[in-house]
Amino acid sequence: MSEATAHSIEHHEPETSTGIPNKKVLMWAFLGSDCMFFGTLISTHLIYRKISATVGSNYLDIRDLFDIELTSFSTFVLLASSLFMALAVSAIHKGNLTSTRWMLFGTIIFGGIFLACQVYEFTHFVHAPGNELTLSSYRGDPHVFGSTFYLLTGTHGTHVAIGVLWLVGWLIYSFTGRMSVSDAIDVECCGLYWHFVDIVWIIIFPVVYLMEYAF
Amino acid sequence: MATESIDYASPETKSKVETKVFPRPGQHVTGIVDWLTTIDHKKIGLLYGLTALFFLLLGGIEALLIRSQLWSHNMEILTNRQYNQMFTMHGTTMVFLVIMPLSAAFFNFIMPLQIGARDVAFPRMNTLSLWCFFAGGITLNLSWFFTGGAPAIGWFGYAPLTDTRFAEVMGDMGPDFWVFSLQILGIASLLASFNFITTIINMRAPGMTMMRLPVFTWMTLIVSFLIILAFPAITIALAELMFDRTYGTNFFDFLEGGKPHLWQHLFWIFGHPEVYILILPAMGIVSEIIPVFSRKPLFGYGLIIFSGAIIGFMGFAVWSHHMFTTGMGVVATSAFSILTMLIAIPTGIKIFNWIGTMWGGRIRFDTPMLFALGFITMFMIGGFTGIMHSSVPIDAQHQDSYFVVAHFHYVLIGGALFGLFAGFYFWLPKMSGRLMNEKLGKLVFTLMFIGFNVTFFPMHYLGMIGQPRRTHSYNEGHGFEAWNQIATIGAFVLGIGIAIGIYQFVSSFFNKKLKPAGKNPWDARTIEWTLSSPVKEYNFARTPIIKSRDQAWENNYGPKEKHAQQEALGDHGVHMPDHSWCPLVTALGLFVMVIGLLFRQTIEFAELFIATPYEIAIAGGSLFVLGIVMWALEGPGGYHLFPKETEE
Repeated sequence: MSEATAHSIEHHEPETSTGIPNKKVLMWAFLGSDCMFFGTLISTHLIYRKISATVGSNYLDIRDLFDIELTSFSTFVLLASSLFMALAVSAIHKGNLTSTRWMLFGTIIFGGIFLACQVYEFTHFVHAPGNELTLSSYRGDPHVFGSTFYLLTGTHGTHVAIGVLWLVGWLIYSFTGRMSVSDAIDVECCGLYWHFVDIVWIIIFPVVYLMEYAF
Repeated sequence: MATESIDYASPETKSKVETKVFPRPGQHVTGIVDWLTTIDHKKIGLLYGLTALFFLLLGGIEALLIRSQLWSHNMEILTNRQYNQMFTMHGTTMVFLVIMPLSAAFFNFIMPLQIGARDVAFPRMNTLSLWCFFAGGITLNLSWFFTGGAPAIGWFGYAPLTDTRFAEVMGDMGPDFWVFSLQILGIASLLASFNFITTIINMRAPGMTMMRLPVFTWMTLIVSFLIILAFPAITIALAELMFDRTYGTNFFDFLEGGKPHLWQHLFWIFGHPEVYILILPAMGIVSEIIPVFSRKPLFGYGLIIFSGAIIGFMGFAVWSHHMFTTGMGVVATSAFSILTMLIAIPTGIKIFNWIGTMWGGRIRFDTPMLFALGFITMFMIGGFTGIMHSSVPIDAQHQDSYFVVAHFHYVLIGGALFGLFAGFYFWLPKMSGRLMNEKLGKLVFTLMFIGFNVTFFPMHYLGMIGQPRRTHSYNEGHGFEAWNQIATIGAFVLGIGIAIGIYQFVSSFFNKKLKPAGKNPWDARTIEWTLSSPVKEYNFARTPIIKSRDQAWENNYGPKEKHAQQEALGDHGVHMPDHSWCPLVTALGLFVMVIGLLFRQTIEFAELFIATPYEIAIAGGSLFVLGIVMWALEGPGGYHLFPKETEE
């Protein structure tokens, strides 16, 4: 029905009604939606936090399990990775691709350290001698804490992992020459996502970990 | 067609070598490949509509089986388990596979035309949401063929009905199919909504300010926000349920510390906004139709939009009125009761605005207008019973009775479906290029209106005298028989009406005897009516510069300074996106992965070992990732068209 002329045209960002790029609006909408994902998970955790099926001798004091020093460390690492991310976005806006590459690399490494800490934490909890916390039980008896804890922090970990994969994609692009200053908006969207995932952890850390020491 | 309008002069564009994983279909593809790889919002809209109409027939057959079973006392057309499967599949199908995608069909087809855009913001993502919807619909209905058959848990899937230990059939897979299909359908809805939000916020034609947007586009925007904020709740609830069923977690397992009550909260935090997700598009459609057929501008445009937004906002604060009888305590029930009553205010405002629009107008009773009027009257009856239910003591009396069934069918058929049918009769000439037979349309309306009322009005009475819903039979001596028989007869009349309507919609694309529609058969007001019917692939030859709210009307009857102007065509002409296989591959990967995930034993065919479920899941996951990677590598692509100025 239609005849066209040249194919494979130079892609240029179209002008938008608000002046904000389409991808950025999309990312903000997604993050708004993601707030509700984590909101649901966090409320599930808060509702179930103190509920134990077998009250009494098997009372779960999660402080016996938590390694707050390790989690504080990984929290610090994740927050620091946000700095790298911000620097990467700033660098690509200025057209400094070498600096962008290094900052992306730093973000990936710090994100990787956070994930490694989480993997260590999960295996440690599941195999803690005499204190095994699994998805469905604590010390071999049915319990809900493991269900909400692993699903909430695991969903967050999955978000971090997807972010790391996304950043690795950009890192590869920076070597193959597919990354240029015109991609700044894409890296910025990646940064928005990364900062959001960090902010969610800023909520999860006090609500899931620190609160156990207070109330 | 459009060929003569194309300027063949080659523009000066650089050709760039692309990474080709496998060749991308060009713009010249035709036939099946065209439909499988299309990223044109109009074709996507048509595919949504056609598939949803098919599911409407399927869900309708399920409804007729339910009605046949209730014809008289102790009927044995369906066993109790089959009956449970029928109402589960009927509810799930009608909500997720009929009303939502029918709305999505109009969002896709009409909304970009109403704002003067060439396509949506992310055309390939739009295709992905279409194929995800397909995959979800297929997954749900595949459940009939595996252990346990279709889910028998209700569309609400209350715990502990979904608990594996309480399954009627050992290894019942129905709830697994239900969980996974709803997850895929959720992905489809979320992707589509992100797309529509970005499109409406960012891709309006010059001069198309937010307060000049047609009401239907406004409702699209509000519904999209409702979807992105409400669906996460059910996504997480379903994920928790999936963990419960597959990995033995205890979220909703009351034997091991979980609380079934939580499922109800999570489900209805999604479920109540979902009600507005279903009804607001129909309200948008009706707000477009009534001014056109009353020959008057819409009365109280700002108020209609504001009350739509308020309805959407308050929709998040009333979910617990579905749970008044669960024992939440006096404070919670009172608060939710008051908030529920408050929602009647913005709804009432809308209805008075529609009446105000018609007041003193020169009303034409064409089929779209008849359906719109049917919408207003029937939705009002559903609304009145809704206000009754907001009162806690009345709700406690009506809970789980046929009165509730009558209430929500008045809202969802008399409301949503009548509104959507009005939309079909209004906009199909724009989609197919042909006018439909008015007499047949009026016959469809008459059959549907009478059949609908004969079916559902008696249910109010049946509920009041105590017939429980979700119960597959009743004993002699309650006096239920007569009204049930009337309802069943009505249901068949309604079914015939809908079937003729669907036949009329589909045949209008093929029946060459029908009169051509021309640009503006209804003398309508919004800018999609300035385009030729059917709409050209590039939508607008020149981007219009909008001067007023009812632009098409002003173009025809308004003063010169209010006529729309046209933007000059740039050197690059109209940028059209390329076809792509990637969305289809990605959705296919997702489908295969889900099928792998929901099986727990090895898959055999005629005693021949085929694969373990994990192998299938990994294969599907790899295909999914491959689709995304190819998607990223092929880039946006595209080509340029140079339509002549005279073309619209």
